Amino acid sequence: MRRHWVLVTGLLVLLYLFLPIFVVAALSFNEPSSRLSYDFHRFTLDNWANPCGPGDMCDAVGRSIEIALLATLIATVLGTLMAFALARHRFRGRDATNLLIFMPMATPEVVMGSSLLALFVAGGVSLGFWTVVVAHVMFCVSFVVVTVKARLAGLDPRLEEAAMDLYAGEWQTFYRITLPLVAPGIVAAALLSFSLSFDDFIITNFNSGTTVTFPMYVWGAAQRGIPPQVNVIGTAMFLIAVLIVVAGEIINRRRAA
Amino acid sequence: MSGDLRLTNVTKSFGPFTAVDDLTLTVPQGAFFALLGASGCGKTTTLRMVAGLEEPSAGQVTLGGTDITRLRPYQRPVNTVFQSYALFPHLSITENVAFGLRRKGVKNVAPQVEQMLSLVQLDDFGGRRPHQLSGGQQQRVALARALINHPQVLLLDEPLGALDLKLRRQMQIELKRIQTEVGITFVHVTHDQEEAMTMADTVAVMNDGRIEQLGAPAEIYEFPATPFVANFLGQSNLLAGTGGLARSGDDLSITAHGSRFTVPAARSRATGDKIYLGVRPEKLHLVTSEADVPSGFQHLTGTVTDSSYVGVSTQYLVRTAWDTELSVFAPNSGLGGSLPPGAEVTVAWNPAHAFLLDRLDGAGDATHALVEERA
Repeated sequence: MRRHWVLVTGLLVLLYLFLPIFVVAALSFNEPSSRLSYDFHRFTLDNWANPCGPGDMCDAVGRSIEIALLATLIATVLGTLMAFALARHRFRGRDATNLLIFMPMATPEVVMGSSLLALFVAGGVSLGFWTVVVAHVMFCVSFVVVTVKARLAGLDPRLEEAAMDLYAGEWQTFYRITLPLVAPGIVAAALLSFSLSFDDFIITNFNSGTTVTFPMYVWGAAQRGIPPQVNVIGTAMFLIAVLIVVAGEIINRRRAA
Repeated sequence: MSGDLRLTNVTKSFGPFTAVDDLTLTVPQGAFFALLGASGCGKTTTLRMVAGLEEPSAGQVTLGGTDITRLRPYQRPVNTVFQSYALFPHLSITENVAFGLRRKGVKNVAPQVEQMLSLVQLDDFGGRRPHQLSGGQQQRVALARALINHPQVLLLDEPLGALDLKLRRQMQIELKRIQTEVGITFVHVTHDQEEAMTMADTVAVMNDGRIEQLGAPAEIYEFPATPFVANFLGQSNLLAGTGGLARSGDDLSITAHGSRFTVPAARSRATGDKIYLGVRPEKLHLVTSEADVPSGFQHLTGTVTDSSYVGVSTQYLVRTAWDTELSVFAPNSGLGGSLPPGAEVTVAWNPAHAFLLDRLDGAGDATHALVEERA
């Protein structure tokens, strides 16, 4: 009896988590009766056949992907290097850095967005694509450092010593032992960065100038009725994320076997 | 000899802490050498300096006459079996074992890997991952991974520490067999005195970053050089002597607690006036009266306070007239019954089994407690 309750409760929690996603997926097949109505009117494949229907939306999606890829690349490289430095070397200011790295995660986005805006304006930087990239790198770096550092902390230093003992030089030890063992952490950090950057609205809104990202487009569209294609993009992103997770799981199982 | 490993005046400090203190040591080529000591005595640090994983603060490490003190670990013909094995978790057993050969640019590694895996009796395990193996199997992979490179010296850092007792005994025999077979110098670090004695030809007992004594296991056990060794390698009853030594012919005599005891002069390492008279617990015999003391034996009397049955023998604690407890191992050979607590006994020993050691100021009798004299 108790086991049933655990099962039922678990399913209810999952339902709670996934219901909004099911609604988005369902609405992606909807042909709305009017621009401001959100009820399921009629099934259609038009939205999927023509996802870029509403003008500007695909531009915004493309821009968001571009920004997210750039921010992910820069944040992952910087954050990984920082994580190695923090985990491996003792230097003056290490403890302070360890503490400060949590600040962007702990600071409310509104505060961070507005203070960045103040900084850019004071520095005479014109707002646009690159200020958004800079802002995204800033908050992504913290997550990368924390994720990669956790992975490094779990890495037995004797493995690197063993590699060196077995005639691998510093560089060989790094790319044959250290990097493969830390890679899952780096990949996880990159995926996290990408999704954080892709859906950021608050900080982006402060610092984007005339640049429109996908979340900003959706926000703007919500005022005058969201086009159903937004749900197509949402569903597609969700499916891609699921695919990545499943692929990761398969790779993990292959490695373990 | 040509391939000897030699450490000359090697010191290693970590900040204010000196882990290894002016250590000089020669390991002959082909020897099975054990570095024995409690944790924190500097034995692992010594090993790591030979491996190149730590750089000495001072001194020199040479291998076959070549100075290797400042060489990086991958530049030395030395391989290590780590305490935790340190197998590469993302590589198969075959790739783990082949790692060293591949780094050295050997093209066809398969035959050698196969041969090595069969030496450690893991023929069909090449395709597996380290985590799919038991502790004992991982240990053997670590050994194969190091041995395949034919190092001049193989370093073993407490390699059996994580195994259960039965497996450990089995691996001890195995390691000894492999060492005899391949003829490589083994330097084995351990805190297990029994392991050191069963496996090594030469044992160096370390304490506080120095070597207290170096020699064949039986030699060290029968005639320890310091109170530390006397009580780290097995147990010893150490009686504090009063006054100096008196010499008569080939014998020395010493007064302890009002009685005179003699010891052959060859069994003395004492240099000063502060002296310990030492006897191993199994060299002490319990008899019921002074009349039963074998001729030529020394003796003293006491009361049994405790006995513990340990299978092959019974350990008695005998309280002497001056309130010190002596430890006595009586073999359970079926001759002679057991003695109840409270029994009055006479403890006798052959003077040739006793030894004399220098004692530090203020030290009293010591029985089977580690002498932390330098701490």
